[in-house]
Amino acid sequence: MVAQNIFFYAFAALIVGAAIAVVTTKNVVRAALYLVTVFVGVVAQYMLLAAEFVAVTQILVYIGAIMVLMLFGIMLTRARIGRDVALTHDSWWLGLITAVALVGVMGYALIDAFGDDPLPEDIRIQDVAGSNSATVSDAIFSQYLIPFEVVSVLLLAALVGAIVLARKDRA
Amino acid sequence: MDDLMLNQFLLLGAVLFCIGVYGVLARRNAVMVLMSIELVLNAVNINLLAFGAMHNDIAGAVFALFVIAIAAAEVGVGLAIVLIIYRNRHSVDLNDVDAMKG
Repeated sequence: MVAQNIFFYAFAALIVGAAIAVVTTKNVVRAALYLVTVFVGVVAQYMLLAAEFVAVTQILVYIGAIMVLMLFGIMLTRARIGRDVALTHDSWWLGLITAVALVGVMGYALIDAFGDDPLPEDIRIQDVAGSNSATVSDAIFSQYLIPFEVVSVLLLAALVGAIVLARKDRA
Repeated sequence: MDDLMLNQFLLLGAVLFCIGVYGVLARRNAVMVLMSIELVLNAVNINLLAFGAMHNDIAGAVFALFVIAIAAAEVGVGLAIVLIIYRNRHSVDLNDVDAMKG
């Protein structure tokens, strides 16, 4: 259990450090690469929570697809590749006050509500063969079939919408 | 302090969420705002999975997958909108997007 805690705090520090770098760096491409670091740390936390299917999906979708899309976005909008001082509003300190107040309120509420509730000794969600992928797919295709279909339609709508929006020859 | 606590995951999620909120509020570049939104969505996923582990319920993982799918759709449409703004105004500075100002 101590090993899990060391693992947790090491990757939590990585996530928080890289996330702060994402929102403070003056270089857009570097921010995208710090974002990859955040995603890797989050994958480690998913593993710790015994959700390996979600972890693998996160690697495929976030690090594989979304980051490529982000880098294309940076490239197509011809952001300055080097330092860019105009990345942050002049009134960034208002955002800082909001974020610090929010973390204070949320931290107080969480500590007040959940105190030191422990997670189960052995996190394993009805696994069949040492992995929870089978359980996840069973749940998606039985109990959560309608949300799954709705997400499919949403993805189709987003696909069509993105193509229509980005077309050059639209009226 | 030797068992994993629910709260350590929830607090990590809260901190990540607030860093994302700061990014959305403070950044001027539209692509950077989209990146900050990804931080917020990841914080939500950590919370979903922590509660799923806590209650030994697979729903946490299922909805985390739905959030990932919706994040992919959001980035696709968001970047398309950013590209249109860039094409029309030759800038992705959110301070320049003031056509709706009275």
